[in-house]
This record gives sequence, structure tokens and C-alpha cells, in this order.
Amino acid sequence: MDRPTYPEGYSARKRRAQAAAFAVCRILSLLIVLILFAILGFIVIKGAGVISWDFLTKAPSDGMTSGGIFPAIVGTLLLMLGSAVVAFPVGIMSGIYMNEYASKGWVVKFIRLMTNNLSGVPSIVFGLFGMALFVKYLGFGDSILAGSLTLGLLSLPLVIRTTEEALKDIPAGIREGSLALGATKLQTIWKVVLPMGMPRIITGLILSLGRVSGETAPILFTCAAYFFPQLPTSILDQCMALPYHLYVISTSGTDIEAQQPIAYGTALVLIVIVLIINLLAGLLRKHFEKGLS
Amino acid sequence: MEKIEAKEVNFHYGDFHALKNISMEIPRNKVVAFIGPSGCGKSTFLRLFNRMNDLVPGARLSGKILIDGKDIYAPDVQVDELRKDVGMVFQRPNPFPKSIFENVAYGLRVNGIKDKEFIAGKVEEALKGAALWNEVKEKLNASAYALSGGQQQRLCIARAMAVSPSVLLMDEPASALDPISTAKIEELICEMRDKVTIVIVTHNMQQASRVSDKTAFFYMGEMIEYDDTKLIFTNPRKEATQNYITGRFG
Repeated sequence: MDRPTYPEGYSARKRRAQAAAFAVCRILSLLIVLILFAILGFIVIKGAGVISWDFLTKAPSDGMTSGGIFPAIVGTLLLMLGSAVVAFPVGIMSGIYMNEYASKGWVVKFIRLMTNNLSGVPSIVFGLFGMALFVKYLGFGDSILAGSLTLGLLSLPLVIRTTEEALKDIPAGIREGSLALGATKLQTIWKVVLPMGMPRIITGLILSLGRVSGETAPILFTCAAYFFPQLPTSILDQCMALPYHLYVISTSGTDIEAQQPIAYGTALVLIVIVLIINLLAGLLRKHFEKGLS
Repeated sequence: MEKIEAKEVNFHYGDFHALKNISMEIPRNKVVAFIGPSGCGKSTFLRLFNRMNDLVPGARLSGKILIDGKDIYAPDVQVDELRKDVGMVFQRPNPFPKSIFENVAYGLRVNGIKDKEFIAGKVEEALKGAALWNEVKEKLNASAYALSGGQQQRLCIARAMAVSPSVLLMDEPASALDPISTAKIEELICEMRDKVTIVIVTHNMQQASRVSDKTAFFYMGEMIEYDDTKLIFTNPRKEATQNYITGRFG
């Protein structure tokens, strides 16, 4: 057979094409970083002025035109905690069931389909559902309990999915190694599979917390109070929450002009909370990964 | 009574007839090698001895496999009890993401042993038995992942031996390792033979001839020939065996 005649200059052309493609990718990536910094910068510039010790530790006063946002911070943290208590155990166990126990037939496919659908449901629909089921039917009223349950449901699909995906990537050889030593399936999952999947599961959990902290619609009808300056004393109390507070003082406040800095301050606090949580997640993940390597 | 007896074993994966009517006896405290080209069924057969194929969906087994005269597929057999007695070493080293010590202690712990001194003693014994002790005794709490591939495989051997099985199944235990590590694994096999019955699957015919007392040649799901290793490699009775060991196919 003849040697192929390679086209003249093709080699240079394909290298140019590669350089151009990578340049576009790089520019677009930088653009995203730029946009993110623009948003953050905007919030920081507008909101940093109102941040003070009092703003973080006092309740709103004078028809929410002054004072702080302490009850909303506490409320958001409580709702995050509550939704975690609801969603983490249920979600992780469902993920384990789907990847480790269920036979790979139509049951799993059906659950997965439903989970995916659930994650596509608009959050306001979760809010309505939560109101119908938890607030009215189960009689929890507008409460931290009802809000946590609703937010928990909202974050379930994410928790289930990340757990499932994390476990799916653990090599079968590791499981076989454990079973071959006389371990049961449960021991294998508990002692080997879960610890290995932990870094990624935790990432999923934290992402779900981040989402929960910023959700407004699900708590609109189930929990959030327009103005509830004292701290909640039971899970059946209502509470304020940062995203809802932001919404309220930006749309239906008593004096929207005067409240604008407070709104930006609130947004800044919310973002900082999410950033802190992501940071903690990173540290936690590092910690678990260190245990693995 | 022979240690392991297979009687007319047939195994199907769905429509695929993976093992065809295999009967053989494996004597106690000997090393038996399974050789044959990829896909011939030798690993599948090996994995029947600790019921690892139970996990495969759509698998069907007929015939009997007896260990110490007891049918290991009988309904009253608890599979975790069986696996305590029939250890396994896999093709790729598969240490757990735990410390060296905890890897070896794992089999004891999952079978209910809590006595710390006993566990420590067993871990040391198993690591010495796997010729790994001198290399790791200073760093028992280091992660098993910090070991080289060859060390990891010897750790997996120690892990399997720590439970004191009477059979050790080895599924191409050296195929992912360099020649020096391979030689170490082969030495170990020779040292362990008086403690356990070893069944080893290997692609490497020199390895089979070096370490085993008996060799079985598998081809397309059938066991073509099974005899003393010496005979298989010097004077095989079947032409297919002859062709395979001389490298004419496979």
C-alpha cells in the first residue's frame, strides 16, 4: 500500500484550531468569574455600610427601617438545620437503598424518574404542598416544623442523587473484598462503602443546605413571618428568614427607600452564610479525603 | 475426603453457558492452578467456591460444589460463614481506605472479634505470614493506599489469611504487579500451602508450573484436562492443552 499523502499545512491548521478553541473556553470561564465578582462586589459595596455588631445581633425596629436582622439570621439557620434533619437521613438512606440494595430493575428506574421529576418541581409548588399537608392537614400551622419539612422535601432529590452517584463510583472490587471476608452487605456498606462515598455525599449535603438557605417560596406559606422580632421558642413557632426578609423589605416594606441599605445588608449576610458553609464543606471533605488516602 | 469437590457443575449467565459439566477434586493443602485463555470460565469457576457469583444477576448454577464434604449451595449454608472459611485475593489489589492495621483486622472485626490483644496478635501474624511485617511494622496506622501495588496485594493476602480460612482463592493475584512483586507473591503461595488449600487462577503458565501441584486447563467453558502440574506441562494428554501451553493459541 502507498503511504498516505498528508495535506500540506494541516498540522499547523489543527494546532491553530486548538489554540482558538481553548482561547474561547478560557475567555468564557473568566467571564463567569467576572460576573460572579461583579454580583458579589455590588452586594458588598451596597450592603457593607449597614453591617455592624448591632445589625447582626438586634431585631428590626421602627417598622423595619432600622435595627438589625438577628431573628432572620437565627431563623434561616434553624430552617437549614431543620431541613437537614429531615432530608439527610431520609435522602442518604434512599440513595443507599437505590444503589446497594434494590435490584436494578424497574423499581429503581421508577424511583429515579420520580426523584428527577421532584427536583424539577418549582419551589413555589413545594410551598403550596407544604401548606396543604403540614400547615393545614397535619395542623402544624405556620411553623419552623412545617417550613423545615417543606424545605427538607425540596432538598431530598439532590441528597438522594448525590448519595447514589457517590456510591455508584466506588469500585465493585472494594465491596467484593469486604464480602469475601465474611462481612454482610450492611457491614460492607457501613464500614467501607459509606466512608469512601462520604466526601462526595457531604458535598451534596452542603449544596442542598446552600439551596435551602436561599429559598423563599417554600417558606412563604409554611413558616416565614413578616415580622417576628423575638426569637422562636419552639419548633411550632414561626420565624423570620433572610431571603423572605429581603423580599419583604424590598417589595412591601413600610419605607422601601430607607430600607434599601438594609436589604443589601441582608443579602450580604445571606451570601456570607452560604460562603461560610461552602468553606466548611470543603474543610470537611478534605478531612474525610485525608482519612481515605 | 478431598477438600473441594465439584460435581457436574454447569453455570449460565443468562443465555451464556459459561461452565460446561465440570467435575473435579481439589486435594487438601495443595496448590491447584486454573489456566486457560481469557473468557474460558476459569475465574467464574473459582468464584463459585466462595459464592461470589451469587451477586451476579441472571446467573444459574446446577451441579454440586462440596467443601469438606458439605454442599456450599445447600439452603442452610450462611454465605458469610462460608466466606470466613474460603478467603479470596483478587486480581487488582483492593485494600480498604483504612490504615494498614485496620485492613488486616477487618475480617476479624466483621466476624465479631473484639479482643484487642488477640486482634493485634493476629494482625502481626498475618502480616508476617505475608512477608509484609518488616516493611510496615513502623507505620501500621498509615493508610493502606500509601503502599505500592505489590505491597497492597500482600496486604490483601494478609487480610484474607487473618481470618484463618482453610481455602484461599486467588484470582490472577499477580497479573497487575511487576516481576519482583510477582516473585514475592509466588514465594508466599509456596509458604502458605501447608496451612491452606490454594486455588489460583493465572494467565501466566510459568507461574502455574512454578507454584502449583495440580493444574486444570479450561477452554470455552470446559475443563479440558486436569492432572499433576508436572504432567500437564511435560506430557499433556490433550492436543488443546499442548497447543495452549506451547503458546500456539490463547
